[in-house]
Amino acid sequence: MTASSAALQPVIVGAGPAGVRAAQALVAHRLRPVVIDEASRAGGQIYRRPPASLAQRSARALYGFEAGRADAVHAAFDALREHIDYRPDSLVWNAQGGRLDVLHGPTRSTANVPYGQLIVATGATDRVLPVPGWTLPGVYTLGGAQVALKFQGCAIGERVVFMGTGPLLYLVAYQYAKAGAKVIAVLDTARLADQLAAAPAMLRQPAVFAKGVYYVAWLRAHGVALHSGVRPMRVLGDAQESRVAGVAWHDGREERTLACDAVGVGYALRSETQLADLLGCRFEFAPLHRAHLPVRDAAGRSSVRGVYLAGDGAGIMGADAAEWAGERAALALLTDHGVAVDAARAEALERKLHKLGGFREGLERAFPLPSDWAAHAPDELVVCRCENVTAGTLRQTVAVNGADEMNRLKALSRVGMGRCQGRMCGAAAAEILAHATGLPLQQVGRLRGQAPIKPIPIHLAAAPSTGGAGE
Amino acid sequence: MTGRKTLRTDVAIVGGGIVGASAALALRQMGIGVVLLERDLCGSRSSGVNYGGVRRQGRPINQLPLAQRAHRIWGRLRETIGADGEYLRSGHFKIARSEADMASLERYRAQSRDFDLGLELISDARLRERCPWLGTRAIGGSLCAEDGQANPRLVSPAFALAAQRAGAQIFERHKVDEVAHDGQAFMLRSGNALEVHAPALLNCAGAWSGPIASEFGEAVPLRSSHPVMAVTEPVPHFMDWSLGVEGGGIYCRQVARGNLVLGGGRGIALDADRARADRDAIATLAAQAVELLPTLRHAHFIRTWSGTEGNLPDHQPVLGPSRTTPGLFHGFGFSGAGFQIGPAAGEVLAELVRDGRSSTPIESFSIERFFAEEEAPTITPTSP
Ligand SMILES: Cc1cc2nc3c(=O)[nH]c(=O)nc-3n(C[C@H](O)[C@H](O)[C@H](O)COP(=O)(O)OP(=O)(O)OC[C@H]3O[C@@H](n4cnc5c(N)ncnc54)[C@H](O)[C@@H]3O)c2cc1C
Ligand SMILES: Cc1cc2nc3c(=O)[nH]c(=O)nc-3n(C[C@H](O)[C@H](O)[C@H](O)COP(=O)(O)OP(=O)(O)OC[C@H]3O[C@@H](n4cnc5c(N)ncnc54)[C@H](O)[C@@H]3O)c2cc1C
Repeated sequence: MTASSAALQPVIVGAGPAGVRAAQALVAHRLRPVVIDEASRAGGQIYRRPPASLAQRSARALYGFEAGRADAVHAAFDALREHIDYRPDSLVWNAQGGRLDVLHGPTRSTANVPYGQLIVATGATDRVLPVPGWTLPGVYTLGGAQVALKFQGCAIGERVVFMGTGPLLYLVAYQYAKAGAKVIAVLDTARLADQLAAAPAMLRQPAVFAKGVYYVAWLRAHGVALHSGVRPMRVLGDAQESRVAGVAWHDGREERTLACDAVGVGYALRSETQLADLLGCRFEFAPLHRAHLPVRDAAGRSSVRGVYLAGDGAGIMGADAAEWAGERAALALLTDHGVAVDAARAEALERKLHKLGGFREGLERAFPLPSDWAAHAPDELVVCRCENVTAGTLRQTVAVNGADEMNRLKALSRVGMGRCQGRMCGAAAAEILAHATGLPLQQVGRLRGQAPIKPIPIHLAAAPSTGGAGE
Repeated sequence: MTGRKTLRTDVAIVGGGIVGASAALALRQMGIGVVLLERDLCGSRSSGVNYGGVRRQGRPINQLPLAQRAHRIWGRLRETIGADGEYLRSGHFKIARSEADMASLERYRAQSRDFDLGLELISDARLRERCPWLGTRAIGGSLCAEDGQANPRLVSPAFALAAQRAGAQIFERHKVDEVAHDGQAFMLRSGNALEVHAPALLNCAGAWSGPIASEFGEAVPLRSSHPVMAVTEPVPHFMDWSLGVEGGGIYCRQVARGNLVLGGGRGIALDADRARADRDAIATLAAQAVELLPTLRHAHFIRTWSGTEGNLPDHQPVLGPSRTTPGLFHGFGFSGAGFQIGPAAGEVLAELVRDGRSSTPIESFSIERFFAEEEAPTITPTSP
């Protein structure tokens, strides 16, 4: 067994809950994985750690109810440090022929990391559905607002409105209010009826459900206005249109406005799938996530031999599921290479993941993506801010040129052709395309991934890559 | 349940790239009936993903009549396809990095003198004055002021749309998986969806034209190639010319939005249909880009890509009638340079259908060249 484990060369991309637990399981079987992460410190999105140089706040202050889990993941990672080849500040920007191309930020160098087995745990970012005025300074995504708080210890503004839908909406509002910011209101596009209908499914995770209920109750008790079933109309600017001055929304009967100096907007999360795409993983439409995602079996095997998928990067399932999926994928990797693993543990993890699936369905029902968003997006709404492409341009591209597929829409309109390469605007553009063509979202497809995953400086792309996995 | 549709028309075309689509348009302008089958979307393959260089300079002399014809079509692009396709006669500058390169550019100017390309050699002080942004390895070059660039993503689909507006029946997402000739007419079948009967057939299937030619006993050494492309984020505008380098290697242009589009090197095939840039090619391209244009040093690549192009060993297309089957005409194998001449190739194919001959010399593109030592082919008895 040791002989075969020694020959294994696993690489993990992502040091969030999924990547950390995967690394831990591999190390427990005497492997020494390479762990590559774009961030400077392990923890991923939810358990993001502030830079060591910043004044330390307690885990309790940073992560609230999640403090215990955050501590556990951080501790697990810290205990692994000696046993893994850890590469922080390292962006995987390309994958080809059993090697990853990695850009190391601080030394501004690129390297090639060979792998025999790869666990992709690249997590997620916010899903953005823009609203007129969203490009004004002072508008943040919910995740971005949270990162500012966790990472930099600052709030996005003094009088903040949170708008959109999804579990993060109330959580971030709660975290802001707790941290002393003035939260003017929470505007949820989901209706109360959605939440009631979803309650039975959500009770599959009573503890998580209870937390959600708690945030809502806490916010209400602290005088934060909570509105559901809203339709965001626009973010209002000040006289010079130089910063946020308020928001306008429709409450079902009339248009209303609120003054504020910052807005957090978000509609749950979207998976970071570019690496899986470059690796050649097969994608399928996942109705639950309203997205095309790389397919994985219950254990986390992708359609490509030697490539495993764990955590939010292959479908949003949350931090707990990410931990389980990371460990499960590592066990699958070991099993596939003849290393004996605890089969009962593997089964238990699969059961937990399966059970969580039911809860996720509940969440999606409680906080559905507003199905009429595209219908109400005005023509002048900027969908792709890199290329300044409006909803009207997208619709015209459909009407005049007959675009009915995402890559065609991109080619003809430039949506998703800028720095983010559609990572941010792709979801919204797909909604508009589906609406304008009358086709189901699934049928309009997804943007094909191309290297680099994120922009890379030319002189670094030109640098001769250093090979090898050595430290 | 077979809902198969059967259509009869004058000309059937396989492939909706710039060649097939412009042939369709030209045929319709002659009042000839056309059905075009494209297995994907028109202009989504080579024709829609290429670098966008619209240049005559540097082409083999035997291609210049065709290139000149194309140049005239490009000149009235808007009237022809109803879109400007971001076509610009921005100038194409071929760079020399040595005296030998310079001599070679001079030779080309002499050889192409009959074709009125207006080539102007620039070097030394005049070069530095006109393009202070050029890296020091460039010692001179040759400018063709009327050559330029266009956006292939817009131009190529627009040719198909124009053909459709002119009355061509275009079926996208219809792969031709069977072709036959019964002595009278061609039959094309796309799965269970469509059957087309026509006395004439144009083989414009790009890198995938080989099997169709083989079906008619004309196997040619067509190979796929995958040029690497990259684009930077927008940077302040500094350059109008589209640049090439004598001897090849790298080419680049800056678009109105400020992005630089660069090409050079070879990518990797993912399968028969798809390709991607190769890491070493990206590195080489990046190094050459910085050498050529030092200001790019701090710019970022935001995307790389490739495509699948049909290549023939002598880098010349096959354009002309089949040697075995009357009514069949080939237009494929443009070997990395078919975007500029594509519209003229389309017109030539249309002329061949209508008149049996083309007003532009195309003898050197004959498929015969691959069968030089063989007996003359046996012609299928009946002709339309
Ligand atoms: C901004 C934000 C805030 C969130 N806040 C909460 C919250 O408060 N509560 C909650 O329950 N859930 C929250 N979530 C969801 C939660 O983060 C996830 O469910 C959980 O972190 C998933 O874990 P993971 O390991 O799959 O991925 P992540 O934790 O997202 O970790 C992925 C890691 O991979 C790295 N990575 C990605 N691509 C590359 C690449 N190409 N090269 C190198 N490294 C790469 C990332 O930098 C990251 O460190 C939040 C998500 C986001 C995006
Ligand atoms: C990356 C790249 C850069 C290039 N740069 C330049 C340049 O700067 N300047 C220049 O002049 N040229 C350039 N070229 C070359 C130029 O793009 C091609 O020569 C030209 O587009 C070829 O056009 P086409 O119509 O023959 O082929 P394509 O555009 O490939 O069209 C063929 C079509 O046939 C379809 N097809 C194939 N088989 C079937 C079937 N069985 N049934 C139905 N449909 C089928 C395909 O889907 C395809 O759409 C470049 C090429 C590439 C790949």
